[in-house]
Amino acid sequence: MAVSDEQTPIVLPDDPEFGPDVQLDYPGYRSTRWRAPNRPLATLPEELHQLEGPVFGEDTLGAHDDDLTRQHAGDPLGERIVVTGRVLDEDGRPIRKALVEVWQANAAGRYHHEVDQHPAPLDPNFSGAGRCLTDDDGGYGFVTVKPGAYPWGNHENAWRPAHIHFSIFGRLFTQRLVTQMYFPGDPLFAYDPIFNSVRDPKARSLLVARFDLEQTQPEWALGYTWDIVLGRGASATPIES
Amino acid sequence: MTLRRTPSQTVGPFFAIGLCRRPENELVADGVRLVGRLLDGQDEPVNDGVIEIFDSASRRWGRCGTDAEGRFSFLIARDAPHVEAYVFARGLLKHQLTRIQLSDAEQEDGALRFDIRLQGDRQTVFFAV
Repeated sequence: MAVSDEQTPIVLPDDPEFGPDVQLDYPGYRSTRWRAPNRPLATLPEELHQLEGPVFGEDTLGAHDDDLTRQHAGDPLGERIVVTGRVLDEDGRPIRKALVEVWQANAAGRYHHEVDQHPAPLDPNFSGAGRCLTDDDGGYGFVTVKPGAYPWGNHENAWRPAHIHFSIFGRLFTQRLVTQMYFPGDPLFAYDPIFNSVRDPKARSLLVARFDLEQTQPEWALGYTWDIVLGRGASATPIES
Repeated sequence: MTLRRTPSQTVGPFFAIGLCRRPENELVADGVRLVGRLLDGQDEPVNDGVIEIFDSASRRWGRCGTDAEGRFSFLIARDAPHVEAYVFARGLLKHQLTRIQLSDAEQEDGALRFDIRLQGDRQTVFFAV
């Protein structure tokens, strides 16, 4: 188990009791210390339970917003990938016209952001941001490059596993999710407090895409598949099908 | 069939490249300004947070990243009784949801003022969601 200077465990043991919930005050992720809320939650107002969208910003999609490799004059460096999946609710129903926004580091592990001072090269052909709306089957898809791992200073020799940030607006107001998609078999999983803040190993595995030969495009790009499941809305009665 | 929900993860420090590519903090053309600061449990400004508000009366969304002093600013309808606000930040592993009652907001230079505190005795009331 990785240990910080103050002997705070960076990664806590698995705990299936957490289910899909993160541990907000995760000691190994230092920034949670003064930012994790620690007061009891209030009951969600009734009128928000089944309040429907509209989806934020759905009218602002542009050309190549879903192809991060074609937003500049040249091709970005790195391993070209396609990431596809479906946005579903807990009953398995597709969520249509969900807004999916993504952002990520480039292949060298550097974000196109002024705060990122990691001494890895920026890529003039890669901004690392995209957005799309899901189709009638809840499907989304992006073409991008596989992001690199990068150091982040949380503790000694701290490195984030490669990941793509995802933000999703579903059909209901409460179907809001920001999360991160990881790549299968990453050796950094065991050392990352953000990934392990999801303490239930089954829930944590839902953050990991699977390599998908069906989605892999010959002579062009590796395919990864990752489905996203949003809550059905508080106190909603499941619909009998 | 019940599928397992996808867990949340922090928005991280670099969300602006994906979420703040254009100003989206004006819900109406002519309205009242809603300003505030996002503060941590030590009353320090959170300069890498993002606030999303929804006015259910006008059915409009707005989004604003916090600045170096933790400040956010929106232009909202004058007659909105309240707006819902989602809060995201580096160090916050899951978004939080609150309701800003505009009648409770302080007046400040013609704007409405509402600070959001993530932690502590004066923590903002967040909803279970």
